[in-house]
Order: sequence, then structure tokens, then C-alpha cells
Amino acid sequence: MNGETFFAIGTINDIPRRGARCVLTPVGRIAVFRTADDQVFATEDRCPHKGGPLSQGIVHDASVTCPLHNAVISLKDGEMRGPDDGKVRTFAVRIEPLTKVLELSLSPIAAAFADAAE
Amino acid sequence: MREKLVVIGNGMAPGRMLEHLFDKAPDQYEVTIFNAEPRVNYDRIMLSPVLSGEKSYEEIVIHGDGWYIDHGITLYKGHRIVAIDRDAKTVTSDHGVTESYDKLVIATGSVPFIIPVPGKDLPGVITYRDLDDVQAMLLAAQSRAKAVVIGGGLLGLEAAAGLSARGMEVTVLHVMPTLMERQLDPAAGYLLQKAVEERGIKVITRANTKQIIGDGKVEGIELDDGTIIPATLVVMAVGIRPNSGLAKEAGLAVNRGIVVDAGMQTSDADILALGECAEVDGMVYGLVAPLYEMARVAAAHLADDRSAAFVHADTPTKLKVTGIDLYSLGDFADGEDRQEIVLRDATAGIYKRLVLKDNRIIGTVLYGETSDGAWFNDLKKKATDISPMRETLIFGQSFQGGAPLDPMAAVAALPDDAEICGCNGVCKSKITGTIAEKGLTSLDDVRAHTKASSSCGSCTGLVEQLMALTLGDAFDPAAVKPMCPCTDLGHGDVRRLIVAKELKSIPQVMQELEWKTSCGCAKCRPALNYYLLADWPGEYVDDKQSRFINERVHANIQKDGTYSVVPRMWGGITSAKELRAIADVADKFQIPTVKCTGGQRIDLLGVKKEDLPAVWGDLNAAGMVSGAAYAKGLRTVKTCVGTDWCRFGTQDSTGLGVRIEKFMWGSWTPAKVKMAVSGCPRNCAEATCKDVGVICTDAGYEIHFAGAAGLDIKGTEVLCQVKTEDEALETIVALTQLYREQGHYLERIYKWLRRVGMDSIQAAIVDDPNKRRHYFDRFVHSQTFSQTDPWAERARGDVATHEFKPMADLTMLEAAE
Repeated sequence: MNGETFFAIGTINDIPRRGARCVLTPVGRIAVFRTADDQVFATEDRCPHKGGPLSQGIVHDASVTCPLHNAVISLKDGEMRGPDDGKVRTFAVRIEPLTKVLELSLSPIAAAFADAAE
Repeated sequence: MREKLVVIGNGMAPGRMLEHLFDKAPDQYEVTIFNAEPRVNYDRIMLSPVLSGEKSYEEIVIHGDGWYIDHGITLYKGHRIVAIDRDAKTVTSDHGVTESYDKLVIATGSVPFIIPVPGKDLPGVITYRDLDDVQAMLLAAQSRAKAVVIGGGLLGLEAAAGLSARGMEVTVLHVMPTLMERQLDPAAGYLLQKAVEERGIKVITRANTKQIIGDGKVEGIELDDGTIIPATLVVMAVGIRPNSGLAKEAGLAVNRGIVVDAGMQTSDADILALGECAEVDGMVYGLVAPLYEMARVAAAHLADDRSAAFVHADTPTKLKVTGIDLYSLGDFADGEDRQEIVLRDATAGIYKRLVLKDNRIIGTVLYGETSDGAWFNDLKKKATDISPMRETLIFGQSFQGGAPLDPMAAVAALPDDAEICGCNGVCKSKITGTIAEKGLTSLDDVRAHTKASSSCGSCTGLVEQLMALTLGDAFDPAAVKPMCPCTDLGHGDVRRLIVAKELKSIPQVMQELEWKTSCGCAKCRPALNYYLLADWPGEYVDDKQSRFINERVHANIQKDGTYSVVPRMWGGITSAKELRAIADVADKFQIPTVKCTGGQRIDLLGVKKEDLPAVWGDLNAAGMVSGAAYAKGLRTVKTCVGTDWCRFGTQDSTGLGVRIEKFMWGSWTPAKVKMAVSGCPRNCAEATCKDVGVICTDAGYEIHFAGAAGLDIKGTEVLCQVKTEDEALETIVALTQLYREQGHYLERIYKWLRRVGMDSIQAAIVDDPNKRRHYFDRFVHSQTFSQTDPWAERARGDVATHEFKPMADLTMLEAAE
């Protein structure tokens, strides 16, 4: 992982399935999502449309719908779905296989890296 | 002076006759109807969907009580006519009511045929004819036990499918070698049998019933070959015969049915007969299209237009079992002078057969793919010579000339006089013409104005295609608009299937109804969560992750991610103590804005999410609970001060408002519900633009509903007047429950009214006190699971604690590796 630093933020069971929670960090508030099939994703907690807190939205498949104006954001790459353009920063988050502890990296990642982190 | 018209029977044929009559000669007659069934006129064709749970009785009412009142009709419900005195020109009912007539219409319909076997009178043996039969079947189905349906015709199969959908183990006994042999040839009958068996229904053909066995009640059926089939319910659906006994006793000419001429006149010049009891030119009829034609003719003659005459026409048959497409028309027996064209596609389960005589279609059987039925019917009716297109005829209309197989093109190509709705005899040009003339844009409008697709509904698709064709992009097929891109089903379909298939969780709905996404989206999940919560109170566990944030955290999210908090103030009444607590909370949590709302409440705006539980805790301590200002549920009941203070007040409007709010708080509804109670017609509480409003008067309470004062502005409609506060509460609660059961998610009450119509709502809530009570009771039951203050649960830390604080704080960084 190129010596990238990961921080423990809790366990996967701290987040409900199809839900999210947020983590306060020096780079701003980050939303950590857990899907129905236990994938986890992290994005900045700010909708590219009007800054809505994505962590408060409804999670479906690997997407979240923003609670303010229903923008749909793909959690995999942070891109807005549908006709709108916009993108949120995504962060690598991984599950420690034995303890189920979630670990979050704070350096924003390129899309290629996000795929590798899944 | 108006002539007196007495109608015996209140089925679909006389109902339609009266509609025509009131169109043609609104003031000619004073009408009295005797109905042996204790109810209004309903769509008997739709009994099967009621049995299977896809529709409710309310949805199949044709004429609500209001219609009879509007036309000045005296309707005797539950009165069977026992005698006609043709000399005195009177009729007498079994309750002893005697009415005189100038013109009499006999529309006594038919009676089910009971096969004369031992045991036919045992309790548990029923027929399939009216709503009472359906109710008896539904009761029996609750036991989830075994049922036998005798008769593999249209009615028998619909009954079997309905009982099976209700969870019974069903066996169909049919005396002939293949099902529906009167409408289907053996090949299609075989396909049908396979489809029926795939639904878990057992079919025994060539089955002769020897006796129904049981001691005091049905226990089973024995066949001629000695086979015994256990059953607790036996449905006889072997056929009907005209109900002509009364006419015979009155000395009218009767063969199989009451003999009438082409003008529907019996052997007595002042007596007409129509419907299933009538025999015209040696034929009796059971399908709705010819019966409606009789209605048209009879109405014309009653209005002194003697030119109208009934002409026999073949009627297509369709089976109303969801998922089985079948169409049959005309004569399809083999014969030396006949030829046939057959298309089979075993994998797709398609079978099409055309029977030709002299190069003209005389019969059609379509199974699995029926969209060309109307076109074949048109060719048959016009006796078109098909030889030029014989090679490709079976592939259907759109194939002719090599055009692509586009259903729209097929409809566009239909001639103007092609019949679209067989039940109501509506042709293409009537539909397209009415759409253009009246500016219709919705399916419901087209049904209301042309009657097309309003009876059995099987031509709905064709009608929608015609609308799309006529209106182009302006057509919004609201009735079939999918809930969201995750499904092709509309809200109405999903609601009815949740009940019919007893679906009780979101994953189960998505699996059974073939959702296209793995876990839905932000549109469908909240809707499904509401439907399940409303339909299975106490059983379904609320899925918080399928709730919009406001309902999940019981506060309203604002543009900056903070929340607003509105405590409940019952009926808008507050106190110094509550106001002090609110002021203290505002100070303690540095809440930037305190504002009065439109619903007589106080709104605290700009509360940080992590402060919410503590804010609620303080408000709880002062006796306040959540005001649900975020909910698709009961919001506020506004009141004026009524007789407590006002010199004009006529009733205790504040007291009633508080009582309604305390009774109904916590309930979830399809969309928000705002109410108001005004103490006099000056209406200071602005009750006439609310979802539900009450205007008090000296005489009692006027119940209003379906107002709007948002994106749309609309005054309320008056539902009814009641005398006491108790009745007002019961009516409002029952109305809300009906809306909870029928409303589409996010559909406000005024839109719901527009969709279902005033008649059906009044039929359920106003006309029948028993029905109102049922809705009321269901609401009360549901409330036992919903009146827990969500704020208190969260302030105590019992529920959803994870919601309110970050899972980690990395502002003081600590490395994991």
C-alpha cells in the first residue's frame, strides 16, 4: 500500500447495513457507508450539488441519494449519476478480516486505487 | 306527471340501462329499484379480482349511494320481489312493500346451476355468483384448507385461481376432456390446463361427481370411479340458468329465459326484460357485452325511441386470471367446409388458431399472445376476404406489409370502427374522438367518458396505446407509471400485490415482484416501507434505513445539515410552562431561530444533529412529545377557540381538535396530513383548505376533506354532516384509514380523491356505518403499535444511538499501522 497510513475508526457493526456514519478528520467530515452486502466505502460528507450531508442519505446498491435534493452519487468513484456532472472525493477504507475493524486512509485516492481497495 | 318505472334487479344490465335512460330522457320517469342483494350496483365481472385480493369491493362499485340520490331513485336494498300483479300493475316484495308501475323492467339475472348430487345442500357447498359467495369463500380460505371447484369453465377457473391465491389447496373437477371447451379448442385447453397446474392447482378432467360427502358439513367429494378428494369447501361453478320463475308465475311467456322481442319487450306491452334472464331470438346471454347492448335498446324503448333493436353478435371471451392470456371468439369447431391456420410456439407457450370458411375468419383462439384479437375480431365482423394476406395472416396485423412488430403501429392501423372494448362495445373512433373533444389526458378520464376498459379491464393496454397515439407526448400513462426505475409496476399494483400475495418484508416484495435492482432506490424503498407498515401493523418491523432522513431522525434536515425541532402542541394549545421550557432549550443549545409555523406550532431551527437527543430530553421533561413536523403522517390539527371563548362559536372546536390529535398522533400516512377544526362557518382555523377539516355548526359537524394550499390551491369537498363529536371523530379516523390503505406513497388526500372518486369514498365511509366502523377499528389496531414518542426513545438512548454521533474523531490522529 505504498506505506499509506490507515486509521482504525471502529468496526463494521458500528454502521447499519444500507447505512452510513461520519468520521471527523483534519481533512473534513468523511462519510463511511456500508452496503446491503457489506461492502464499505468512504467519501467526503458533502454533496457536489449543494453541499448536503451524504451520510444522512438513503443507501442503495453502491450508491447514496443525497437527503437535500435527491442527487444520486456512486460510492465506488464518487461520480454523480444521471445527467449531472460532479464528483465527491473518495477515500480508501478496508475491513480487517479477523477483527472486522474498519480502517480509513485520509489521502484522497485515484479511481484506480478505489477499485483495488474493494 | 312523471311515469313510474319499477326495476326488479340491480345488476350491471339495469344499471347501464338507467344511465342511458337518464341521458336520453332525464325527467320522464320516477324510478324505483328492488334489489334482492343488500347493496348498490357493482361490477360483477370483477368478483374474481376481489376473490384473489387484487381489488376490493369498494373498487368495483359502479353506482355509489350518491348516484341513486342524485337521480331521485328509490332503492330497496335486500328486497326480493315475490309477486307481479299485471292487472293492478303492482309488484310486492318479500318485506311487504308494494309499488305500482307504469313500466316494469325485469332484470332478475340468473341463478347458478346446482348439480343434483347427494350432499349438495351440506354447509360448505357454495356457488359463485355474487359478493356474498365471494365473502363465504374468503372466510373458508382463512383456514388454508382444501377446496374443490366443480366446473372448469370461465367462472370455475377464476374461482380456483382466486382460492389458490388466498392460500387454499385447490382441485378443479371438469366433466369434459379439456378445460373451457366451449371457448377453447383442445390444444388451447391443454395449454391452459398446464398453466393452471403450474399455479399449484390440481385439475382432473373427465371427472363425474358421484356425491359430496360429509357429516353435518362438507368433508370431501366422491367421483364415479371411487376417487375421494378431501375438501372443506366445494364451489359449484358449472353454469347458470336464467332466473325467470317470477315472470313465469306472472304469466309472461317464458322458454329458457323470459321471451322478449328485439326491443326487449315481453309478452306484456308494459313489461320489459333484459340481462341474463332474457331470451332474444332463442338465445340467452351471460357475457357483459350483449347485456349492455340490451340495456341500450331497452333504454331507447323506454324513452319512446322504437327504432332500437338488439342484434346478436359474437362476443370474445377472456379469462381474468393474472398472467394467463387467452382470447376466444366465434365458431372454431372443425368442419369439412372449413380450413384452419395454426401457429404454435411451445417454448413461448403461444398457440394461435384461425378458423376460416370461404376465405373469411369465423373463429379465433389465441393463447399466450392475444394482442391481435381485436384485429381478427374486426376482420371477422366485416367478413373481410383474407385471401391476399393469407400467408401471413396468423402473424398478425402489424406483420402485413412487412411493417415492424410495433404494438403502436398495430393500433394505429386499426380501422376507426374497430371494437376496442368488447364489454362496453366501444370502438376506436369513439375513444380517439372523445379524447380530442373533451381534452382527456388520463386513463381514468377516458374510462369515465367512454366506458372503454371500465368493466373487465382487459383492453386497458389497447386504450392506453390509443391515448398515446392521440395525445402523443402529452400522454402521461399515470395509471401504469412505474413506481421508480427499479420496477415496471405502478404504486397501485404494488399495493394490491403486497396484500394479495401477503408480502411482509422489503426483500420479499423485491423478490416476488421481480425488482430490477438488488436493493431498490431512494424512491421505492420509503414507499414499500410505508405500504408494509400500513398493511401489516404489528407484524412488519419498520426499516429505518428505508426512511428518508427526516423520518429516521425525527427532525427536519435544513440546507446546512442542521435540523429543526417542532414539539407537539395539541390543537395549537400551549402553556406558560411549555413556552418556558422551549425558551430554556433555545438558550441552552444556542438555537438561532425560533419561529411560529402555519400549523399553530413553534419551530426551533438550526439544531445540531448531535444535540437532538438532549434537546428532546429537555422538551420531554416539560411534557412535550414530537410534533411529527417531518412525517408522512398526522402533522397538526389547527383549531379556533370555539365555544370556550368566541362569541360566535357553535361547538367546542378546540376540544374536538385536541381529541382528534391525541387519537391520531403517531400514525403514518401516504403523505402528510394536516387538519383543522373551525368553531363556526367564519372558519378562522382555515379548515377548508386542509387535508381534513371540520366546520362546526349549530346542527353539528360538517366533515370536509381533500383541500390543498401548497403547490396546488384547492378548497375542500364536503364528505358528510354528522350530529355528534363522536361521529365526527369516527368519520375522520375511518376516512384517514381508507386513505392509508388506498393512497399511493406521497399522494396527498386531494389527489387520492381525484383518483378514486367521491362515490367510492362515500360508499365506504358515509353510506354504511358497519364499513366505517371496520376502517375505524383497523386504524385503532394500527395505533396500538405507533403511539410511542420517538423522541423519548432516542433521548433515553434506546433506539438508533449510532445516528447522533460520529463513529470516530480523527482530528487527533492515531495511526493504525
